[in-house]
Amino acid sequence: MTEVHILSRQLHRSNRPRHLASFALVLPLFAFLVFSYGFPIGTMLWQAVSDKEVGIALPNTVAALASWDGKTLPDEKVFRALAADIKKARADETLAPAARRLNYDVSGFREVLFRTARRPPPANTASVKDYIIGIDSAWSNPNYWGAIRNAAGPASLYYLLSAIDLRTNPVGSIIAKPNDSSIFIDIFVRTFEMSLIVTLICVALGFPVAYLLTSLPARLAYPLLVLVLVPFWTSLLVRTAAWVVLLQNRGIVNHALIDLHILSEPTALIYNRLGVYVAMTHILLPYFILPLYSVMKGISPNYMRAAASLGARPIRAFIKVYLPQCASGITAGCLLVFTVAIGFYITPALVGGAADQMISYYIAFYTNTAANWGLACALSVWLLLATFVLYFLYGRLVGGVAGPVT
Amino acid sequence: MTFGHEHRPLSQRLTRLALWVITILVLTYLIAPLLVIVPLSFSSSAFLNYPIPSFSLRWYEDFFSSPDWRLAIWNSLLVGSISALLATSLGTLAALGLNRANFPFKRVVTAFFISPLVVPVIILAVGTYFFFAPLRLTGTYTGIILAHTTLAIPFVIITVGATLSSFDENLVRAAFSLGAHPVRVFFKVILPLVLPGVVSGAVIAFATSLDEVVMILFLGGPEQNTIPRQMFNGIKYYLSPTITAVATVLIVVSILILGLVGLLRRHMQKLRAADVEH
Repeated sequence: MTEVHILSRQLHRSNRPRHLASFALVLPLFAFLVFSYGFPIGTMLWQAVSDKEVGIALPNTVAALASWDGKTLPDEKVFRALAADIKKARADETLAPAARRLNYDVSGFREVLFRTARRPPPANTASVKDYIIGIDSAWSNPNYWGAIRNAAGPASLYYLLSAIDLRTNPVGSIIAKPNDSSIFIDIFVRTFEMSLIVTLICVALGFPVAYLLTSLPARLAYPLLVLVLVPFWTSLLVRTAAWVVLLQNRGIVNHALIDLHILSEPTALIYNRLGVYVAMTHILLPYFILPLYSVMKGISPNYMRAAASLGARPIRAFIKVYLPQCASGITAGCLLVFTVAIGFYITPALVGGAADQMISYYIAFYTNTAANWGLACALSVWLLLATFVLYFLYGRLVGGVAGPVT
Repeated sequence: MTFGHEHRPLSQRLTRLALWVITILVLTYLIAPLLVIVPLSFSSSAFLNYPIPSFSLRWYEDFFSSPDWRLAIWNSLLVGSISALLATSLGTLAALGLNRANFPFKRVVTAFFISPLVVPVIILAVGTYFFFAPLRLTGTYTGIILAHTTLAIPFVIITVGATLSSFDENLVRAAFSLGAHPVRVFFKVILPLVLPGVVSGAVIAFATSLDEVVMILFLGGPEQNTIPRQMFNGIKYYLSPTITAVATVLIVVSILILGLVGLLRRHMQKLRAADVEH
């Protein structure tokens, strides 16, 4: 008894350093990823809700507006706070970022603010309210004041709402943007639609291939599988370049079609939706074929034989016996292709036209060109959310963590 | 292909024929673009079209001698090898730790390590750009290497993890019980057994970096131009035949990588089989 007791205690003690050792092994990578992955994602999330420019430039106005009802015109006190804030912000050079932010919400606000800043009220003005409205009548519009109050910061839902074409009105309720300034829902819909079409093409092309390869003996199936694996491993840019060479106006396909007298003049095969579908499917098809092939390999042919011996016609046996067994493989392949597709950037950017760009393109655009970082990050948040929901479904289906099968 | 099935009814044979036709068409679609671009790289003509007037290596000469491409080659090799080295060492250690029995929160931690693979690269690129900019890491080799290491880590965790799942922990216990020092156990017992997985991981990590273009577009300055970035600009603005030479070299590299990973996998299966026999 005592011997067992001592032994188990020794075992326990000897396990402790091993626990510590496991932690010590995992810790370096954990720390690395927190820095190079966790912080960037955190920065992105924070940028999507950070909204501090107006609060910094117009602190007294924001404070004075706290008790405003959102419908009537603010009182003299608010106008005086505004005049003082603008004067100070102009000196501190914090007015421009605030004007920029307000202009995102109400276009034309920048000019209104700068026009007002150029004509500060004289010291003994009786009614600053009348004076400022005299400079620009926009100040009698509650929309402008609502924009200031909603941008009080330091954080808000402004960018996240903008990224799905919503805004907050002066009273504080969330409403849809007017049709002429709502663009992002269309882009998200386009992204999902294009990804769905690519996914469906992958199913239509990939299923017969995986099915046939499964039924072949190894000496035939493996060389054919290599034809799927080589493109899978080849650089995305190499494949995109190849499609440009093939499909451009004076490219190989157009040449061949003209030589064969199928066409009389070059047709646009690229820099349009067709080109994007051709190149994207080419990149994503192996993601569908390879996992489905391994699922189909695991299906015993005995079930089909049993069905046939019981007199089921081949089509009936296929639909009732075979398909249900590979249904999870098909769904998993679809989810994988769709999830990867919605994040595509390079391929549509290189082989698509202006109307074929997906959401990633706009994230890049608002980061580099338009420099509206809040919006870029808000679009990223929605894309990330969609990706995680899809990945969660994929994980539930496949069981456990799994990346693309290599 | 259909030997011995001649007794099958016509409808089944037609289905089979249709399957073959579709498969051949799909496989052609997958492989043809690669096959088409290779001969063009040996053409003397500046037009990317057939027929090829005469054989020439001028585009390869341009690739290996022009300063822009030389810088890109050097950068790609440098960034690729350092980030592969970093990702492999950090990833292998972590995979070993995670593989130990009853590691707490194993699933959550593994999911965290794999998740950079799931997040669209554009999101990582934007986040990294905003995080790195105030730290002055944008436009530096350090920044690019950190970003590429992050992208490569999931592959190392997956590959090494797969090797370790069949790893017999008792071998380590046996070595310890014989009084071996931990460092000795690592190099003499653990490493030889997981080495094929580690090398696969390193190769895939290098390939990931070699093919990476989004991060470099956001984080790289002109001095950090890599092959993919140079190619991206080439495809976007002017598709010179040099691109076809670069593409051919990259196709050869990916076939080599594919072959190497395949060999390593076979080697691991042999080890495993030998293990079962003993």
